[in-house]
Amino acid sequence: MTLYYKSIHDLTTLIRQREVSIAEVVEAHLERVQAVDGQIKAFVTVNEEGAREKARRLDEALQRGESLSPLAGIPMAYKDNICTKGIRTTCSSKMLKEYIPPYNATVVERLEGAQVIVIGKTNLDEFAFGSSTENSAFFPTHNPWNVTRVPGGSSGGSAAAVAAGEVVASLGSDTGGSIRQPAAFCGIVGLKPTYGAVSRYGLVAFASSLDQIGPLTRNVTDCAVMMNLLAGHDINDSTASKQKLGDLTEALCADVRGIKVGVPQEYFQVVHPEVAEKVRQVLGLLTRLGAEVEAVSLPHTEYALLAYYIIAPAEASSNLARFDSVRYGYRYNEAESLTEMYNGRSNAFGSEVKRRMMLGTYVLSSGYYDAYYRKAQQVRTLIKADFEQAFAKYDVLISPTTPTTAFPLGKNVQDPLAMYQSDLCTVPVNLAGVPALSMPIGLDTEGLPIGLQIIGNHFAEGMILRVAYTLEAELKMYLRHPAVG
Amino acid sequence: MMIERAEVEHVAKLARLNLSAEEVDLYTVQLDRILEYVDKLEQVETTEITPTAQPLSLTNVWREDELDESLDSETILTTAPDREGQYFKTPKILGS
Repeated sequence: MTLYYKSIHDLTTLIRQREVSIAEVVEAHLERVQAVDGQIKAFVTVNEEGAREKARRLDEALQRGESLSPLAGIPMAYKDNICTKGIRTTCSSKMLKEYIPPYNATVVERLEGAQVIVIGKTNLDEFAFGSSTENSAFFPTHNPWNVTRVPGGSSGGSAAAVAAGEVVASLGSDTGGSIRQPAAFCGIVGLKPTYGAVSRYGLVAFASSLDQIGPLTRNVTDCAVMMNLLAGHDINDSTASKQKLGDLTEALCADVRGIKVGVPQEYFQVVHPEVAEKVRQVLGLLTRLGAEVEAVSLPHTEYALLAYYIIAPAEASSNLARFDSVRYGYRYNEAESLTEMYNGRSNAFGSEVKRRMMLGTYVLSSGYYDAYYRKAQQVRTLIKADFEQAFAKYDVLISPTTPTTAFPLGKNVQDPLAMYQSDLCTVPVNLAGVPALSMPIGLDTEGLPIGLQIIGNHFAEGMILRVAYTLEAELKMYLRHPAVG
Repeated sequence: MMIERAEVEHVAKLARLNLSAEEVDLYTVQLDRILEYVDKLEQVETTEITPTAQPLSLTNVWREDELDESLDSETILTTAPDREGQYFKTPKILGS
C-alpha cells in the first residue's frame, strides 16, 4: 500500500487500527523525499534522524497502550522561516545559514503537542521576499507538475512538498500571497488566516502588520484540522487576537444554498483567459448548487499592489535591522570597526532582499515618510473599507488566486515589477487582514494547476471552508497528482 | 527621475548596507521604476482618512509587570558570532 498521498484522516485511521506503524508512515515519506526531492528541491533541511527517533518513541507508546494525539505520527514540513528548536532555520538566506533557534515558534509547539513528525524545513524566497522561490540563496524549488516551472513563492518549498506527496501537510507564511499563490501553482489547498488568528511568535518577521502563518494541505478537511491546532491567542504575540474561530471541522458541510457570493470585477482585469474561464465555470457550478452569485466592485483594488509595495518593504526594512551580526547570523569577520561589521551584513543578503530594504528605508526616511508610507496606510484604510462594504452584503468573495498559472523558472527574475504583478489578486487580502483560501479547480491546457481564491470576512474561516468543501466534493481535485517520481 | 544615484548611496548608508558601484547603478534604475509605479497613489483622495497601522486596530496590549520564565543566558549565547563571558562581543566603534 502506498502510504504517501494519503489524507490526515486516512493515515490516522490506519495508525490507530494498527494496520501500519508510525515508523512505516515516516519511512514511506522519507523514501518519497529521496525519490523526488532531487528534482523538486523542496527541502533545505531533512530531519531524518529526528523523524525516525520520534516515530520510534510514538510507536513504543502505542505498544504500551498509551493513547496518542489525533495527529500523532503525521509527517509535516515547516517553511524555513519558522523557528524550530534545535533544527537549523535559515530563511533560505546566507545570513542565517548556520542559525539554530533555541526555541520553537508557537505554531511548532502546538503541532509538537499534537505529536506530528517534522520531516524537514522547506525552501522559500530569501526572508519570504518573492513570488517564485527563485530568490532563495541556496537553490530554486521546482514545480512538481512541471519541473521547468516555478512552484510559486515565497512558500514554494512548502507547497511543492505537499503536492509531491513528500509530506501530508506543511506550514507556510503569507504576507502578500505567499501561501495562496504557491498553493494555486502547485494544485493544493492553502489558507491565509485572519490577521491575528494564528500566532506569529517564532515566525521570522517580514511585514508585521501583514504576515500570517497558515496550512498547506491536499484537501479542505485537512486544512480545517490543521487550523484547529494552529489558531488561538498567544501571550507571546501582542498582535494575536483573543477572538476564537471555533471548531472549523464543524463548518465542513457540502451546502452552499443561499450563500451570497460576490465576484470582484477588478480582479479579472489582467487574468489569463484560461484561468478566467475556469473560474467562471466554477461560479456557474456554485449557482447550480444554490448560491447567489453576483458581480461586485472593490473600487480601490488597482491601488492595492502600490500600497503593498510601500508598506511591506518599509516594515521589512525595519524588521531586518535585527540582522546586525551582533547576536546571531553571519558576521563579516574582517571588520575593523562596529560600523564596518554592520555594513558587512550586505555580504549575506541577496539582491531582492537588499532592494526591498533600500526601498523600505527610502519610503520611511525623513522627507518621504508622509508622501509614501503614511499615504499608503491611508489607501490601506480605503482598501479595507471596500472589503467591509462588500461583506455587509456577501458571505464570500471569489476570484482567481493568480493572473496566470505557474510561469517558467527564470522568466521574471530580471524584472522585479513583472514579478510583483503575480500578487495582484492576493495582496489586497493582506492589507485588509481578512482570511482567504486557494483551492485547485482544474488544469490548464499545459497541465498546470489553476487556483480559485475564496475570501471571507474577518474570522469567517468557517464560511470559506464550507464553500471550499462544497466545491471540492464536486471537483475532486485531490484525486489528481503530478506525475513526478 | 524619481531617485538619483546620490540618494541611493545615502539610503544605503541609512540601511547599513554596502553596495558595489554596479549595485548602486542597478538599484538606482530599479528603485526609480518602482517609485514611478507606486507614485500613482498620488491620485487617490485621502484627506481626512485615518492611516491603518494594522488591520485589527489593537492598541496597548499589556501584560502584568510580573517576572516570568525566560530563556537563560547560556542558551541565548549559543548563537553568538563572538562572545566573552556573558557578553556578545563585537569590534569596537572607531573614530567616526
